[in-house]
Amino acid sequence: MWDYTDKVKDHFLRPRNVGELEGANAIGETGSLNCGDALRLYLKVNENERIVDASFMTFGCASAVASSSALTEIIKGMTLTEAAKLTNEDISDYLGGLPREKMHCSVMGQSALKKAIANYRGIQILEKPGQVVCECFDVTDLEITDAVKKNGLATTEDVTNYLKAGGGCGKCLDRIEELIESVILKDRMIK
Amino acid sequence: MKIVYTDNNATTKVADEVIQEMLPYFGEFYGNPSSMHTFGDQVGKKIKEARQRVADLINADPDEIVFTSCGTESDNSAVYSAINAYPGRKHIITSNVEHPAINNLFKLLKRTKGYEVTFVPVDKKGLLSLDVLYKSLSDNTAVVSLMWANNETGVLFPIEEIAQKTREKGILFHTDAVQAAGKVPIDVRTAGVDMLSLSGHKIHAPKGVGVLYIKKGLKFSPFLIGGHQEKGRRGGTENSVSIIGLGKAAELAKEHLPLMDTRVRGLRDYLQNALLEKISSCSVNGDLEKRLPNTLSIGFDAVEGESILLMLDREGICASSGSACTSGSLDPSHVLMAMQVPFKSAHGSIRFSLSHYNTKEEMDHVIAAVVPVIEKLRAMSPFWKDGKVI
Ligand SMILES: Cc1ncc(COP(=O)(O)O)c(C=O)c1O
Repeated sequence: MWDYTDKVKDHFLRPRNVGELEGANAIGETGSLNCGDALRLYLKVNENERIVDASFMTFGCASAVASSSALTEIIKGMTLTEAAKLTNEDISDYLGGLPREKMHCSVMGQSALKKAIANYRGIQILEKPGQVVCECFDVTDLEITDAVKKNGLATTEDVTNYLKAGGGCGKCLDRIEELIESVILKDRMIK
Repeated sequence: MKIVYTDNNATTKVADEVIQEMLPYFGEFYGNPSSMHTFGDQVGKKIKEARQRVADLINADPDEIVFTSCGTESDNSAVYSAINAYPGRKHIITSNVEHPAINNLFKLLKRTKGYEVTFVPVDKKGLLSLDVLYKSLSDNTAVVSLMWANNETGVLFPIEEIAQKTREKGILFHTDAVQAAGKVPIDVRTAGVDMLSLSGHKIHAPKGVGVLYIKKGLKFSPFLIGGHQEKGRRGGTENSVSIIGLGKAAELAKEHLPLMDTRVRGLRDYLQNALLEKISSCSVNGDLEKRLPNTLSIGFDAVEGESILLMLDREGICASSGSACTSGSLDPSHVLMAMQVPFKSAHGSIRFSLSHYNTKEEMDHVIAAVVPVIEKLRAMSPFWKDGKVI
């Protein structure tokens, strides 16, 4: 059984801000039925670009629900500029941490938020730069190397836990391994 | 809080009778069963009785029973012995819904020893594609290993029929009967299998003890090399206490077998029908007929298994999930995927597995708990709207 913090349990059993949001003027969606988790985030943004209300609907495990609930609590009252700086670690920290294998739940929150902000600003989220490595979860090589660098990921399992990449059919695991090695090699050369 | 235990395919309560049977052998009778003194031999005699009791459960001869440390060891021993017996044959066959004890072993043999592996598929009801199996049997096949009953869905494979085919072709046949034992009748003579695995903790004995049935006359090479224990078929001083417990459990399992087909099946069907009736968009995984009487795998659309389990846990209900989110990986179980269960219900699949200890009151408690849990989760699911999956 997962070692969930009391905060995770609390946000799972008594999720805050569940359901569609009346008068929402921004929506961000991420995930799908196939991957096993999905989040739809609703925002109500006022004329000063401040998030006055937020709500969510989530399909997923306890940490996915808790991360979504936490996200809505964190961003209420923030300006979009502030919210855009939110990272998945902020969500995880708010919950007192998530098991390593569940970090992707917080990533899902961050990604839905980005999409909602873009949606509000009327920006079409551009094709992601880089090449798609994991087709199941649409993760690119740049995203993988970035996550490896920033979070010191060392194994394909770590990458899967963070980004889901490789967690579906598993065909891309060799490529992920190569990417990790390339980052580690570069790291050594710099040192 | 009262615990309602409906996770008997994961493990079972150790029966009180089994505990009583074992107690003296924890303390007073600590002798080595192989010793040349009466003190040790008291344990030896008790192990002999256990061997007879296990043999009686599956209609084997006591000499055909080898005690191991678990079902996994039995599975591994059987397969390694079979491939050692036919070093020239480089093809092995199993299904794609086996327990990891077989599934991962076959994958390892493929990767590291160059075996060609046929993973025989199942259909949407979890039934084995016999056509594919029979077509894949060849002179180059060293062993066929197929489970008697599936741990996740309870679906049964036609072991007797398959054994007849492998026998005609002169191919060794092993069956993992860990989930079948104590739930459906097992007769190794009529089944005609060469080797069969059992595990103690699935039939109300302790964890960490198993059985490998090895048909008389079959050439066997041991997996654990060591002393002369188990007639040289498994080295290591016997886990006497657990073996003695397993003997008692086997005796009880035989006695209780009729209850499985009546009481336990009745409770399972009661639970199944109530959930199907009270909850929309849910479906049973696996063939409704060719299935263990104690197992119900049921998928609830648009919700996720771990969330269901953790909410049921709050009500004292123990069950399992078909979604592997609970085990760290992200895809639904390989069994449900092999059956092409759609993602929308595979992720929300829960396994309830009963024993003769369960009661109707407990089933009512489970039903009363599951209904609002599914409602609550669907109310927050982005894939659920107006009583339907979207
Ligand atoms: C079908 C099947 N085979 C093998 C095993 C492994 O048995 P054990 O836990 O005793 O190693 C199990 C149970 O976990 C099982 O369900």
